[in-house]
Amino acid sequence: MNLFMDGNLRSSFTELLARCEPGVLPRFGVEGAEGAPGQPGAPPGLADVPHGTTILALLYRDGVIIAGDRQATEGYQVAHRRIEKVYKADDHSAIAIAGAAGPCLEMAKLYQTELAHYEKLEGVVLSLEGKANKLAQMIRMNLPAAMQGLVVIPIFVGYDLRAGAGKIYKYDVTGGRYEETDFYATGSGGKDARSTLKRIFRPGLDEGEALRAACEALVDAADEDVGTAGPDFVRGIFPTLKVVNREGITDVADARVREICQQVIDAQRRAA
Amino acid sequence: MPLPYYVSPEQMMQDKAEYARKGIAKGRSIIALEYDDGIVLVAENPSASLNKISEIYDQIAFAGAGQYNEFENLRKAGIRYADLKGYAYGREDVTAKSLANAYSQTIGTIFSQEMKPLEVEILVAEVSEAGKPCEMYRIMFDGSIVDERGSAAIGGQAEELKQFLRDKYETALSLAGALQLACRALEAAASQKTKAQNLEVAVLERSRPGRKFRRLPAAELSPLLGTTNGSS
Repeated sequence: MNLFMDGNLRSSFTELLARCEPGVLPRFGVEGAEGAPGQPGAPPGLADVPHGTTILALLYRDGVIIAGDRQATEGYQVAHRRIEKVYKADDHSAIAIAGAAGPCLEMAKLYQTELAHYEKLEGVVLSLEGKANKLAQMIRMNLPAAMQGLVVIPIFVGYDLRAGAGKIYKYDVTGGRYEETDFYATGSGGKDARSTLKRIFRPGLDEGEALRAACEALVDAADEDVGTAGPDFVRGIFPTLKVVNREGITDVADARVREICQQVIDAQRRAA
Repeated sequence: MPLPYYVSPEQMMQDKAEYARKGIAKGRSIIALEYDDGIVLVAENPSASLNKISEIYDQIAFAGAGQYNEFENLRKAGIRYADLKGYAYGREDVTAKSLANAYSQTIGTIFSQEMKPLEVEILVAEVSEAGKPCEMYRIMFDGSIVDERGSAAIGGQAEELKQFLRDKYETALSLAGALQLACRALEAAASQKTKAQNLEVAVLERSRPGRKFRRLPAAELSPLLGTTNGSS
C-alpha cells in the first residue's frame, strides 16, 4: 500500500507549486528550441540576458565566509551595478548565485521559501546535507534552460550544527553536488578569484584575515574579468560579504567592506 | 424496503454541534495575549514535540485546540496557503484576515456537509506594526469566526478563560506580565497549578526582523514566570 506516497503532499514547496500553481513555477527554457546561444536552433536573444559574475566562499576558523561582486552584465554592457548575488537561505546557511540574473534571483527566492516551508511543516530544520541536496534538485530542474544558455550555478555554504563545522558545496549545471574543504569561486571571474584564494588560503584563518582574502580575490577577479566589478568608491557600491557560523549569519556592513577594500588596494599600490 | 428515517435539519445541526463541543471540551485550552512587543500564545501541553502552537508566516501564528490530527491538517493547509500566496504575490500580501476566512470557509463546509464535524477550534493571530492593534481571529468548529482584540482563548474552557481575562487584562503588558496573567487564567480555569515544563509558549515579536515567530523554551520561561512557578 502506498500509504504515505499516494496523493499525499510532502513537505516540498516546489512540489506544491507544481501541483497547485504550475504557472508560477519558474521555468525558463523555451520549448521547441534547442542548442546553446550562437548555435543552430538557439532561441533568439538569450545571450543578451543579464549574467551574474564572481562569487566565492572560504572556510575560516569559526565557520565560513561567502561573498560576491555586485555587477550584472548584458553582452558588453553593464546591466546592473547593485545586483545582490549572495542571499541568506535560512538561519545557518547562505547561497550565492552566478549565471543568468532572472533565473538566479528566482531560484534564490524559491530556495528560501522551500527551506522555510519545510521547517514550518515539519517543525525541524533540514540537515545541511538535506539542504544541499534540495538545491541540487532545483538546479537539475533548470537543466533544460541551462542547455539554452540560461545557466544557474550556485555556491551553497552553511554551518553544520551537528558536525560543528562550516561547509562549502559547489554545483555543476546538471545538479552535480561536490563538497569543497577549503575555498571555491565561480562565475566569469571565478578562475582569477580562485588563484588569489589559492595563494592566500590556509586552514584556520581568523575572521578578519578571511574577509580580507575574500575582498582581495574579488578585487583581483575584477582586475582580470570584464564581467566583474571591483569596489566602486565613487558610487559607494561594495561587494556583499556574509559570515556564517554557529551564531547564525551576519552581513558585513558596507563601511567595514569599504575599509577592507581600501587596505587591499593600498597594499597593491605599494607593491606596484 | 425500509425508508431511511427522517431527521430534521435543526436536529442534525444540533447533534453535530454537541458532538463537536464534547470533543473540543476534552482538550486543554490556549490563550493569546497582546503585550507591548507583540502577541504571546500560551498552551498547556504536556508533550514537548506535538505542538498546539506554530508558525504560519512571517507575522502570523496558529493555535489549535481539540483533535490533534484534525488541527494538524488545518495547520499544514494554512502554511501551504500562506507560502503559495507569499511566493506568487508579495510577503506582505499574506494576511491573517484572508487566512482566517479560508479556514472559516473550509471548516464551515465540513460542518454542514460531512457526517462528522471537525472537533477543533483554532486561532489565527497576526502581529501588527507598532502603534496598531494586533489581529486575532477565533474560528469555531462550525466555521463561525470571531474577531478578538487584546486577548483571546480557545478550547474547552475558552469561556471561563475569556471571563477571567476580561476583568484582568490591560493593554501594554510586559512579556513577563502577560505570561503570568495567562498562567493565572489557566490555573483558575483548571483549578490546579501549572508547571513551566508543561507549558508551550511562543511569541510573535514585533521587533524581530523577518520571521517574527519564536518559541520560548522552558529554560527561558522559568525566570519570566517567577521562580516559585518554575521550580515546582
